[in-house]
This record gives sequence, C-alpha cells and structure tokens, in this order.
Amino acid sequence: MASRNRPLSPHIQVYKPQLTSVLSITHRMTGVALAFGAFLLANWVISATYGPEAFAMAQGLLASWFGRLVLFGMTLSLFFHLGNGIRHLAWDIGKGFELPQVRRSGILVLAFTVIMTLITWVMAYSVAGGS
Amino acid sequence: MEMRSPLGRIRGLGSTNDGIGHWWLQRVTGIALVPLMIWFVFSAIGLAGADINAFKTWVGTSGNPVLLSLLIFTMFHHGQLGLQVVVEDYIHSELTKLGLLIAIKFSAIIFGGYSIYAVMRLTFGG
Repeated sequence: MASRNRPLSPHIQVYKPQLTSVLSITHRMTGVALAFGAFLLANWVISATYGPEAFAMAQGLLASWFGRLVLFGMTLSLFFHLGNGIRHLAWDIGKGFELPQVRRSGILVLAFTVIMTLITWVMAYSVAGGS
Repeated sequence: MEMRSPLGRIRGLGSTNDGIGHWWLQRVTGIALVPLMIWFVFSAIGLAGADINAFKTWVGTSGNPVLLSLLIFTMFHHGQLGLQVVVEDYIHSELTKLGLLIAIKFSAIIFGGYSIYAVMRLTFGG
C-alpha cells in the first residue's frame, strides 16, 4: 500500500528507556502473553469434558514446575495488565497526564502487581499445601 | 465533509472508518474483565490440585457457569482486539497481515465457543 519512501521519525532505539516507555511496552507484551494464557484456560476447562484422566493430566501439567512457572508469569502479567489497564482508562477520560502523576501511577501499578501476585501465590500454596 | 485530497483517497491512505468501534470495544471489554478476572483468580486458587469432581461441582455452582462463560467470551474478545492491533502495528506484508488477522479471529471464536460449550456440558452433565 505505502507508496514512496517517506522520511521516518527517529525510532525507539535512539531513546533512553524510561519508566513511561518501559511500562507502555510491558503493557503490550503482557497483553500478548495473556492472549496465550486464554488458550491455556480454554484447554483446562475443555479437558474436563474428556473425563477424569484428561483433567488430571491438565491439572498435573499446571502443577509441574514448568506449569507453575507459566502460571506465575500469567499472574504477574494479569495483575500488571489489569492495573495498567485502569491507568489507561484514567488517561482515556483525561486524568493523570501531568508527569509527576504519570510517574506516581506507574509506580503504583508496579506495587499493585507485586502485592497482588504475592497474595495470590501465598493463598495458592496455603490451599494446595505446597505439594 | 471529505477532508482527504482525491489523490490521497485513490491511494487508499487514511482512515478505514471503523477505528472508533474497535477502540471503544477494547475499553468496554477491558472494564468488564476487571471484576471477572479478579473473581476468576481467587476462584481458581481454590481449585489448585482439585480432581474432576471438585472442578465440576465448582463449575456448576450457582452463578459460576454464567460468570465463567462471560469471562471466556470477554477474554477472547478483548484478546482478539488486542492481538489485532499488535499485528497491524508490526506486520507490514499485506498478505501475512490478513492471514494472521483471520487466524487470530478464527481461533478466538473457535476456542471461546468450544470452552463455553464445555462449561455448559460440565454444568448440565453429559
């Protein structure tokens, strides 16, 4: 579609990474990761319609060290994307655009991500008994 | 009023006019996913290590099949909208882009539909 070679603006690699830009690309990366997580969730639910063995296998995979690593990544991604999504919604209604506010809300999102992920996993281990 | 020059229009530059709908749906599904996801995460914690009977009981309990179906629908919808933007931003070959966009839409609908069907089967037995 694009016709002639038009001048391009300087691309991201010429800029020093900052909290704002890093959180922005992290929002996108966690979004892509969570889209794959959606298929995991779908497989988990669907496996139960194939009977006890299939569901036990799905549960076993999720409980393996690799499964736990993936689920931990999903939990981090989810709470980051959720918190930062709310930050985006605030921007959409025109709130919080001043630089100090953008910085503060960014740090708040990171704190929210860490705290919620920790709460989730402490609860999960107390339910599953660390096995 | 048409703001584009005839030359710009004939070259296919500019808006396709369906951007607002996409933008809006991404926000609406995002808002809906906030309570749904928090509900799901804290429900799923209780299902760590559960066997199929415990899982079926949970799926079939009171409002759970409705919430779970809404979650699955909204999650795949939001995910499809998001992946579409990512593909449109980074894939510049027209054919690859179209192929990916269609594949993403198909898989979201197939997996979303199949898992909601699974929720129904687990709830009503069979």
